[in-house]
Amino acid sequence: MSIFLNKDTRVIVQGFTGKEGTFHSTQCIDYGTKIAGGVVPGKSGMSHLDLPVFNTVKEAKEATQASASLIFVPPAFAADAIIESIYSEIELIVCISEGIPALDMLKVKHLLNQSTSRLIGPNCPGIISPGKAKMGIMPAHIHKEGIAGVVSRSGTLTYEVVYQLTKLGIGQSSCVGIGGDSIIGTNFIDCIKAFEADPQTEIICMIGEIGGTAEEEAAEYIKANVKKPVVCFIAGQTAPPGRRMGHAGAIISGGKGTAKDKMAALVAAGITVCNSPAIIGETAASLLKAKAGKV
Amino acid sequence: MKVHEYQAKNLLKEFGIPVPAGEVAETTEKSIEIGDNLGNVCVLKAQVHAGGRGKAGGIKLAKTKEDVKKFANELIGMKLVSKQTGTEGKIVKKILIEEIKEIEKELYLGIVIDRSSACPVIMASSAGGMEIEEVAAKTPELIIKEYINPMIGFKPFQARNIVTKLNLPKEVHKEAMSFIANLYNLFISKDCSLAEINPLVLTKDNHILALDAKLNFDDSALHRHKDIQALRDTDEEDPLEVEASKYSLNYIKLDGNVGCMVNGAGLAMATMDIIKLAGSSPANFLDVGGGATVEGIENAFNILLKDKNVRAVLINIFGGILRCDNLAKGVVEAAEKSQVNLPVIIRLEGTNVEEGKNILKNSNLKFSVADTMAEAATMVTQAVS
Repeated sequence: MSIFLNKDTRVIVQGFTGKEGTFHSTQCIDYGTKIAGGVVPGKSGMSHLDLPVFNTVKEAKEATQASASLIFVPPAFAADAIIESIYSEIELIVCISEGIPALDMLKVKHLLNQSTSRLIGPNCPGIISPGKAKMGIMPAHIHKEGIAGVVSRSGTLTYEVVYQLTKLGIGQSSCVGIGGDSIIGTNFIDCIKAFEADPQTEIICMIGEIGGTAEEEAAEYIKANVKKPVVCFIAGQTAPPGRRMGHAGAIISGGKGTAKDKMAALVAAGITVCNSPAIIGETAASLLKAKAGKV
Repeated sequence: MKVHEYQAKNLLKEFGIPVPAGEVAETTEKSIEIGDNLGNVCVLKAQVHAGGRGKAGGIKLAKTKEDVKKFANELIGMKLVSKQTGTEGKIVKKILIEEIKEIEKELYLGIVIDRSSACPVIMASSAGGMEIEEVAAKTPELIIKEYINPMIGFKPFQARNIVTKLNLPKEVHKEAMSFIANLYNLFISKDCSLAEINPLVLTKDNHILALDAKLNFDDSALHRHKDIQALRDTDEEDPLEVEASKYSLNYIKLDGNVGCMVNGAGLAMATMDIIKLAGSSPANFLDVGGGATVEGIENAFNILLKDKNVRAVLINIFGGILRCDNLAKGVVEAAEKSQVNLPVIIRLEGTNVEEGKNILKNSNLKFSVADTMAEAATMVTQAVS
């Protein structure tokens, strides 16, 4: 098993014919993802990458039986693209676009809460279930099918962690980049809950960063609900307060959201926290070894 | 994006929110003119993007024309050093001169986005003039909160809830409620990330007034607010950060001496952290973008080399879809163009990493190649110590 995305998931791409849409759709197809077509307003009827293009998500869903949508739409239109997918009852929506206004995302978030759709992102690398499928922009070949569930607010830092795991022979069940914005769809707890329930996953790696309180909330959830080992890293231990560190959501404001507080909350919940980003892979390996020793 | 107090107050006025009568001045002459119009009993406030102005001597109370002249002379051009400006301080270019009102009570009113509930939240407190963080830490029960469902919008009963709990006299309830409603309207209409009135005052003659105002705006929404974009004051930003923003680089200047160049914000933060763990200190945060193009790397070199504190550069790039050999070629090309003389430590990881390392080793540039992030941090620490 994997979480949220598997080899049979049928995917449409919103913003299919653009530069990013074309490049990454090709990569996804090469990896084995079942891309069934795309949506580009005004380009209905044309064919792109040998796949059909539709005017609306509704049409695309009806024609292709897709249950997932991958969004590469410019940020000013991305919230609308997500809402269109929610209205079309798409089950899994992955939005890569960076720079969606926060107030637009508030509405999207509340609409999501009333729907059956799951949104991953925005401002994220997407999701990959190694050996099965990927919906996103991550380099597929650094991944390996296996037992580690990875969830992260970052892009390249996630690749770094995945690469450390893969080099140590620890494959991944699914890797979810939940996004660097302050308002996102799927959060840490959603992923951790799914990893805990997923029989393939034996260890969870959580990569947080400064800003907000999602890591603290996850710490409480893990303490109460998770039996599988969890290894964490929080980026931004040296970040100054009041400055936005690249990601819209990575900001210490009003003294809240520091790496120190997050690490303390995680440690207090009995979770293994790495001080250095260089030792996440080896820490996971030693936790797995300890777990094997107990059995 | 941040704006000055006088700009924030102009926006408040536009949304029907009462502020003290006043005008902004850049010269002593203009200040005297404004002072005369206000009867010379007035407050002169330095306009800089930093809090703590009062304690730093940036706010003066004048009672006579001579006071106005003297204080305007002092303030315009002064280097204001407050808790929030850092030791280098900020040069005051403009002052806001306002009438003085007799104050009965100081309150706090603020709106931010609450991330956990995905709602704007209006916060009010009868402890005005204090920083809200301080109130939250010491007396959280004094903070009144109203969460606004973004699908429903702001409802008058929510203003009523706040006004009732603030213990304001009945005569000003209506005025206070419309103040709150108008501020929420401004927050939403202009895509604010913060709207803070601290203090909000009740005057002796029973009116509600914004004595100070702080507005921050969502950078991602600026494209739909040309009027707000026009309020940007680049004099208030670090010159290197202004330059980096022209190249669409995410750059934040810090006070260490290890220049960092990384692709991706999370990895860039993690790189800063590991530099600190190794015993040195990052000079900056710099994200050249997940894709790390030659042009991006070249611009990044130029920015890093302009920071005179930088004694060595650490480049940490994870080559994913963009292969390490292509990245290495880009780094060499960019370094040659920008004539880098400082020690440069590079750590590449990802696809075709061996080819990439060979390109770096065989170049004419004196690059040191590290195998891991930890090793790179140790090497760069040795280079600066």
